[in-house]
Amino acid sequence: MSLIAIINGRLIDPVAKNIYAGGLLVKEGRIVACGEIDSTGADTVIDAEGGYIAPAIIDPTVFSVDVPAFIKGGITRVALMPDQSPALDEAALIQRAKESGGEAVEVYPLAAGSRGLEGQELAEIGLMKRAGAKAVATGRQWIADSGLMYRLLDYAASLDLTVISHAEDGGLTKGCVATEGLMASRLGLRAAPAVAEAIVVARDLMLAEETGCKIHFAQLTTKKSFDLIRQAKKRGIKVTVGINPAYLLLSDRHIEDFRTFARLSPPLRSEEDRLASIEAIQDGVIDVFCSAHDPRGAEDKRLPFIDAKPGMAGAETLLSAALELVHECIIDFFGLMNLLSGNAARLLGCQGGSLSVGEEADIIIFDNKREWQLDSAKMAAKAGNSPFDGRMMRGKVTHTIKGGKVLL
Amino acid sequence: MSLTLPFPHRHLLGIAPLAAHEILFLLDEAERWVALNRAAAVKHDDSLAGLTQINAFFENSTRTLLSFEIAGKRLGADVVNMAVAQSSVKKGETLIDTAVTLDAMHADMLVIRHQASGAVQLIADKVDCPVLNAGDGQHEHPTQALLDALTIRRRKGRFEGLVIAICGDIMHSRVARSDIIALQKLGAHVRVVGPSTLIPSHIEALGVEVFSDLDKAISGADVVMMLRLQTERMAGGFIPSLREYHALFGLTVEKLKLAADDVLVMHPGPLNRGVEIDSAVADDLKYSAITEQVEMGVAMRMACLDVLTRERRGVKGWA
Repeated sequence: MSLIAIINGRLIDPVAKNIYAGGLLVKEGRIVACGEIDSTGADTVIDAEGGYIAPAIIDPTVFSVDVPAFIKGGITRVALMPDQSPALDEAALIQRAKESGGEAVEVYPLAAGSRGLEGQELAEIGLMKRAGAKAVATGRQWIADSGLMYRLLDYAASLDLTVISHAEDGGLTKGCVATEGLMASRLGLRAAPAVAEAIVVARDLMLAEETGCKIHFAQLTTKKSFDLIRQAKKRGIKVTVGINPAYLLLSDRHIEDFRTFARLSPPLRSEEDRLASIEAIQDGVIDVFCSAHDPRGAEDKRLPFIDAKPGMAGAETLLSAALELVHECIIDFFGLMNLLSGNAARLLGCQGGSLSVGEEADIIIFDNKREWQLDSAKMAAKAGNSPFDGRMMRGKVTHTIKGGKVLL
Repeated sequence: MSLTLPFPHRHLLGIAPLAAHEILFLLDEAERWVALNRAAAVKHDDSLAGLTQINAFFENSTRTLLSFEIAGKRLGADVVNMAVAQSSVKKGETLIDTAVTLDAMHADMLVIRHQASGAVQLIADKVDCPVLNAGDGQHEHPTQALLDALTIRRRKGRFEGLVIAICGDIMHSRVARSDIIALQKLGAHVRVVGPSTLIPSHIEALGVEVFSDLDKAISGADVVMMLRLQTERMAGGFIPSLREYHALFGLTVEKLKLAADDVLVMHPGPLNRGVEIDSAVADDLKYSAITEQVEMGVAMRMACLDVLTRERRGVKGWA
């Protein structure tokens, strides 16, 4: 079997909270040594050229399996939302989705909480767990019926499954394409108040506390939600929170000129909420970063804003966007790695997120200083719908290694 | 396009991108067409002879379409109306494909109305000829704001210091958005009033004064602009009933007494008599400028068509 030596890098070990010069030795897909490496006899020698060596990214929320984009983004494990066609609401569908990443990407399909994601009756989440589902999700929408949500959390708790909730009150957001604010009012876009999110957070936290179920909010983006989570965490409720870094870098002013690439779900928020998201990163209210990867071609995006589909192709820019927070000294490298892999591994109960000897060799190398400009036409993703199109980025994945195979 | 021109814009997509002096330039240009339109016999000019004007209305319209058609014809253009009901749009053609098709037919000007905010800009980005926005969703309706401004200037002689109350369904109104922006740029003080469910959030950040009581809003106003209430708003749960709306926000002779003595009453039409406005107000020529607005609409649109095609026609100083 192959022996890979990675030399001349800087290892980030988030567990030991240590950054040190050196490399890694990978044998038969596992890390066998780290630090000072003797590359004699290695089949492949990778010169990190001073770049950072870190655990590969684990993305807890994607809507599409897009292997080239994941490899370019340094992502080797993804949790796939159940909003597929058909919805992932049966064991057989979970089993098939699990294989969709091939050898390059480990796909963890999330079980639909309700049949067809329709919010009417419970799906067979026990059977889906047996088929490999690591958690349950409500998909792109909330479960409006509080009774059903209560039973879902209760039932999932008995199976020791986390429920991943989408926090948007569908009554408030029906027909809306933006967050209420001056920008939406000026553009004449139908908009929902930002509290549509916190209302669901409040309800779901109550129900989670009542049932003892672990709950994860796929993406929270408003100050009021973070305040609720902050209190809930203090009270000991088992809750975790994800966010796409786009909400930390962009606000609703980016939908100016009806830019459909900036039409996201949830919609981009006010500047005040953007700043609250950054604060929630700093004080640990937010646990994981996700790409919410959702490539959408021209047929979904080259349309009037209200007719365009929401979503962004976020996989390739996940690390670069997150690194902006490191450059701005909002988080350090250890915080970054917890947000990009360690916490997601704990959330999904999967391998990864560590560079310790004996672990599976899921590794990225990134150049923290490389400057590049995102060109949506040149992305590896199935479609280049990125709200960062044209943005100057600093930091890029140079190598992606999965189970000892060098993919990038 | 040279920035030294009095109107250095390729398209007319909204009022927001225009400077006050550019708005005034268009109003000045419209004045001579008012004179032509009032001429007893031949109301015709050949300025746009040989040019093709396509009116593509993706949303139903009678008045605005007719106004643009007459404007084009009075200037000698070949005017074609694209009937969307029978077009390939109904067969699922995308807006961009439609735009490219119209462009390939070498239109010299496109007049577009669409039900989606921003749709006209999307088309303008894809075509070579000037595009006039005849209303896009709830975003802008620039020629309406211009004709409103023209009507006000002719009646009041100024904008500075005028108190103008815009009343009704502000949220769903592109007319309101364009009027607010235009009248503020021209120096008027704008108030908006309506049921709070029909007032867009953060609208006060545009510099308008927001009211929820019609009496207070029109008190002392020089101009009262009523907006049409789309009756389907009731089904959306924005208001409880038409009769309650009329009681709270309908303009009656009695309420109008609160406004300035020489108040001007305007309405973009078509009117819901007995809902947002009583017939006694709408038909009283002492106050009502409603038919004059329609008249100014033709002149204003003639001015826009003329100015936007000057470069293409090689008019001296513009080409």
